[in-house]
Amino acid sequence: MPLLSVRNLQTRFATDRGIVRAVNGVSFDLEEGEVLGLVGESGSGKSVTALSIMRLVPEPPGKVTADSLTLEGTDLLRLSEADAREIRGSRMAMIFQDPMRSLNPVLTIGRQLTEVLRRHQKLSGTAARRRAIELLETVGIPMAEKRLAAYPHQFSGGMRQRVMIAIALSCNPRLLIADEATTALDVTIQAQIIDLVKRLQRERGTSVIWISHDLGVVAGLCDRVNVMYAGNVVETAPIRELFHRPSHGYTLGLMGSTPRVDGSGTARLTPIEGMPPNLIDPIPLCPFLPRCRVSVPACQARPPERREFGVGHWASCLADLAK
Amino acid sequence: MSTLLEVEDLDVHYGRPGAPGSVKAVDGVSFTVERGRTLGLVGESGCGKSTTGYAILQLVRPSGGRVLFDGTDLCTLDKASLRRMRRKLQIIFQDAHASLNPRMPIGDLVGEALDIHGLYPGAKRAKRIRELLDMVGMAGHLIERYPHELSGGQAQRIAICRALAVEPELIVCDEPVSALDVSIQAQIVNLLQDLQQRLGLAYIFISHDLSVVRHVSDDIAVMYLGKIVERAGKHEIYDAPAHPYTKSLMSAVPVPDPDIEARRQRIILKGDLPDPAHPPSGCRFRTRCPIAIDECAKVEPLQHPLAPGHWAKCIRL
Repeated sequence: MPLLSVRNLQTRFATDRGIVRAVNGVSFDLEEGEVLGLVGESGSGKSVTALSIMRLVPEPPGKVTADSLTLEGTDLLRLSEADAREIRGSRMAMIFQDPMRSLNPVLTIGRQLTEVLRRHQKLSGTAARRRAIELLETVGIPMAEKRLAAYPHQFSGGMRQRVMIAIALSCNPRLLIADEATTALDVTIQAQIIDLVKRLQRERGTSVIWISHDLGVVAGLCDRVNVMYAGNVVETAPIRELFHRPSHGYTLGLMGSTPRVDGSGTARLTPIEGMPPNLIDPIPLCPFLPRCRVSVPACQARPPERREFGVGHWASCLADLAK
Repeated sequence: MSTLLEVEDLDVHYGRPGAPGSVKAVDGVSFTVERGRTLGLVGESGCGKSTTGYAILQLVRPSGGRVLFDGTDLCTLDKASLRRMRRKLQIIFQDAHASLNPRMPIGDLVGEALDIHGLYPGAKRAKRIRELLDMVGMAGHLIERYPHELSGGQAQRIAICRALAVEPELIVCDEPVSALDVSIQAQIVNLLQDLQQRLGLAYIFISHDLSVVRHVSDDIAVMYLGKIVERAGKHEIYDAPAHPYTKSLMSAVPVPDPDIEARRQRIILKGDLPDPAHPPSGCRFRTRCPIAIDECAKVEPLQHPLAPGHWAKCIRL
């Protein structure tokens, strides 16, 4: 049984202009110890997918539905708000792009760490403090004991993200969701954080959903990738398959737009022209069609069906890119 | 090839010298930019790369050194002469929306740049605005639109358009694509490259994204805590980096290829950037350097030539 199972997830938001279909029928499984990448541009539904799984979408204006959404057999959608809060932090946890906004600026780091431990693990004050020091050491914060008394503003961006990871890991969650967790960090600090996540995944067998727009980070970290566009997964593949045989026009577009530091790319980037569709009006054909460079006549006639390209590799694309 | 800009021993110090909390944000930086070429300026947040860009345009006044543009030292100019000179040097920023007046329609935003320098007066103005918009790939009918109606990519096109309006020779690009999605980022990168080809512009391209910098630059200067630690051509900087900081920086940049990523040896630096108000003695990188020796704390490293156009400041070379 997969750790997380998502079937036909739909998340909509009521707005003045109409219903926005932010996530529109997403399905996937996440296995124990697997690192799954979610890639796509702003508005593709990556973050809303994550927030829906975490039960963090405010309802109203949001509305989350699914044929099924289960974590280790628990139906996440049928949980009461109180039960959802129990599971968040204990069995699944999430870290965000901007740790400063996730940390309370007027509480010490120690207080914020021990709060989680006392609440979820029912530890006593001393035990929680001891465990908090251990956690800070695990994520590589030097002089952890002294640092407990510090406030978030006294930490650098990379240190704050480590604290967030420490808080996220404090109750040994089975699922960790990272939403652009290294995007705001410098590359040398990003490398430290990715190293840390890899080590924790290896040592604890935590499953990870890694949301990023950076194909380079995904290439080095993930086992498998879901490429999202306009609220849907348009291609999914094991990591090497995706890069060797991209099978959706959008995946191809992302790769053509990405410059490479090793200089092996083309002298000129191939951007994706135009802009993503608005998600209010229904999209009868392939949502990427107006921007696609490789569309075929069939794309104008019918919506694309899922086609298999290998084991665990499919794409909703009618163009034949495998050549 | 001829030199357009020569920066010599540029200093930007904040706070009274020696006072607690005073920072040497830029400390003895020298480089040249050739006509029609791109110099990439890279480094982590707080290394002084943006301040260097601002100091060149005299948006912050340097504490020392010279900025020779076509032979004229910009640091010695009074306000009026500087304004005339700025026709030749322009800047674009990361947050294009923040750099556009929200109450002005696009046509006026571009026209304002012409008016300030008295270019294309009268009947020629409207035609020129359309030409300029066309140059950055914006349709003329958008002329009535306001900045809030533009996407991030469109806003950056307008910012570029405003810079181009005065026919500059050098544009300082301060993280111009960092806030954009990768597909839009590629559009803007291509636009900047096309404009360079067409108009013979020189760029100083400031970014923390080494993949983008590598893609657009001819030469690259790497900064660390206010100093340039290495300068090289774009091929050498990745294929043969010499300074231990450059090496770790290059090894940390992810490459979108799982096979390469699986084989790569990362040099993971310990710790964070030191407090710029109290930089380490000697070589500023020594506290995080994997190959530092005692000597590094005592002497300030000098330029060590490696090849034509390639040098690094490290005593271990």
